[in-house]
Amino acid sequence: MTDVAIVGLGLHPFGRSPTMNGLEQGAAAARAALADAGTDFKAMEFAFGGSQDGGNADSLVNLLGLTGLQFTNIWNGCATGGSSLNAAYSAIKAGQYDVGLVVGFDKHPRGAFNPKPREWGLDEWYGETGLMLTTQFFAMKIQRYMHDHGISRETLVSIAEKAFRNGSITPTAWRQTALSREEIENAPMVSEPLNKYMFCSPAEGGCALVVCRADIASRFTSNPVYLKTAVVRSRNYGSFEVFAPSQAPFVAKSPTVTASQAAFELAGIGPEDVDVAQLQDTEVGAEIMHMAENGFCEHGEQEKWIAEGRTEINGQLPVNTDGGCLANGEPVGASGLRQVYEICLQLRGDAGARQVPSSPKVGYTHVYGAPGISGVNILAT
Amino acid sequence: MTQQLPFHEGLFTWPAEQPELLGSRCEDCGQHAFPAQDSCRSCTGTNMKTVSLGNRGTLWTWTIQSFMPKDPYSTDETPETFVPYGVGYVELECGLRVESRLRENTPESLEIGMPMELEIIPLRTDEGVERVTFGFKRQAAA
Repeated sequence: MTDVAIVGLGLHPFGRSPTMNGLEQGAAAARAALADAGTDFKAMEFAFGGSQDGGNADSLVNLLGLTGLQFTNIWNGCATGGSSLNAAYSAIKAGQYDVGLVVGFDKHPRGAFNPKPREWGLDEWYGETGLMLTTQFFAMKIQRYMHDHGISRETLVSIAEKAFRNGSITPTAWRQTALSREEIENAPMVSEPLNKYMFCSPAEGGCALVVCRADIASRFTSNPVYLKTAVVRSRNYGSFEVFAPSQAPFVAKSPTVTASQAAFELAGIGPEDVDVAQLQDTEVGAEIMHMAENGFCEHGEQEKWIAEGRTEINGQLPVNTDGGCLANGEPVGASGLRQVYEICLQLRGDAGARQVPSSPKVGYTHVYGAPGISGVNILAT
Repeated sequence: MTQQLPFHEGLFTWPAEQPELLGSRCEDCGQHAFPAQDSCRSCTGTNMKTVSLGNRGTLWTWTIQSFMPKDPYSTDETPETFVPYGVGYVELECGLRVESRLRENTPESLEIGMPMELEIIPLRTDEGVERVTFGFKRQAAA
C-alpha cells in the first residue's frame, strides 16, 4: 500500500476575524495550503472538511471553485480535524485517490460552548439543570486525577505559563503575551481547580492540508512530511467522559489510550521515539493527563516532568510548541488540523523562533473531543 | 401548596417521602445506568430493568460552577441572583457514579470521599408549577 504525504500547509490565524465568516476563513486556509504545495483547487480529487458553527464545509466549493470533486463533511466534535485527516489517509491508502484537501474552520461566539442535549443523545433536563458544561467535566477529571496521582496546583500553573510563553513566540497565535505565574495564579476561578488562564477559549480560524500519495509528493514539495498513521477511537465502557449523566463503577482505558496504543503499533515505533508532540490542551489538566494517556510518561510522573522542563521547546519532549489550544483558542473544526500544521512546520524546520533545536524527525498529534473521541496522528520526515 | 413536578419524569421517585434515584440494571451483565435506558452500555444487550439506585453515596469528584451557564440552562435565576453551585459525581451503593448538582459550593466544604445524600431541589417556576430536580448534599451525621 502507498504511503501518505502532507505536501501543503495552510493556516488562517486563530483568534477573531471580525470581517470574515467561518467559510471565508476556511477558504483562506485552503488557498494557503494549495499555494504552499504549488498547486491549485482544480488539481484536488477529493476533500474532507468540518466545522461546528462556521457552516457546511462542502459549501467551500462556492468560494474555491465548482470543480465537481468529492467533498465530504466530517463532524466529530473537537476531534473533527483528526477524523477528517483519518478519512483522507484512508482514501489515499485505499488507492481511491492520489491527492486531496483536508480543511477545517470555525467561528464561535464568545464564551463557553452551549451544546444542545438532544444532539448528544441526552434529554433537556441535563442542560436545563446546569450539568452540561465541558468546563465542569474537565475540572472534575483533573480534580480526581490530582487526588489519585499527586499532581499539584503549581503544575497546573506551569502548563499555562508554558502555553502563553510559547504563544508569545508564535506569530500566528491568538494569545501572544507571556503571563507571569502570579498573573495566572490570581486569575478568576472558572471551575475549581481551573481558572480563566487555565482554559482555552472558543475562537475562530481555519486550517488546511494538501495530502497525496507519498510517491508523487515530489511534484508538490521538496520537503514532504509523511503521515505514518491516523487513528480515531471512541470511548469504551468505563472511560471517564464528558456529557455523561452517569459513569461506570470503574475507570477503563480512555479513547486516548486506545487510539495512542493502536497508532504506535501501526507505526511500529514507541513513545520514546517521538521528538515533538501536540497534545489536546483544552485546559491545563488535559495536557497533563494526556501526557500519560498517550504513553509518554507514567501517571503521576508529570509532576517531575514539568518541574524539570521536559516538555519545554528545548526539553526532551517538547509539547504544544505553538502554545496549543490555550494560546491559540479552539475553533473546533480547525483545531485538530492546527496541531498537524504545527508538527509539520517543526519537522520541516520552518517553525522560526519556536523551532525545536534538535532537528526533530518524528512528530505526534493527539486531539480529544466530546463525547469521548480521540484522534492520534504520527508524522515523520 | 404549590404543585411540584420534576424537570423530567423517571429520574427519581416523586412524589415520595424519601425519594430515590431511578436507573436501569442490565439483567445480563449487572451494570447500571442513569438515567434508565433500554440498552446496555457495557455489554450492548437490551435486557434492562428499571431499578431504584437509592439515595446515598460518596463524592467521587467535584467542581464548582462559578458563572451562570448559557442556554439551555433554564432556572429562575438571573446573572444578578445566580449563586454558584457544586457539581460532582456521587458514587452510589451499586457503584454507579451519577453526575449531580451539589448543595455545597465552596472548596472548603467539598472533599472527595465525603458521604452524600439525595435531596430534591426547586429550580424554576412555570405558571405556578414548581419544577424540581435532584441534587446531593453532605450526609447528615447519623
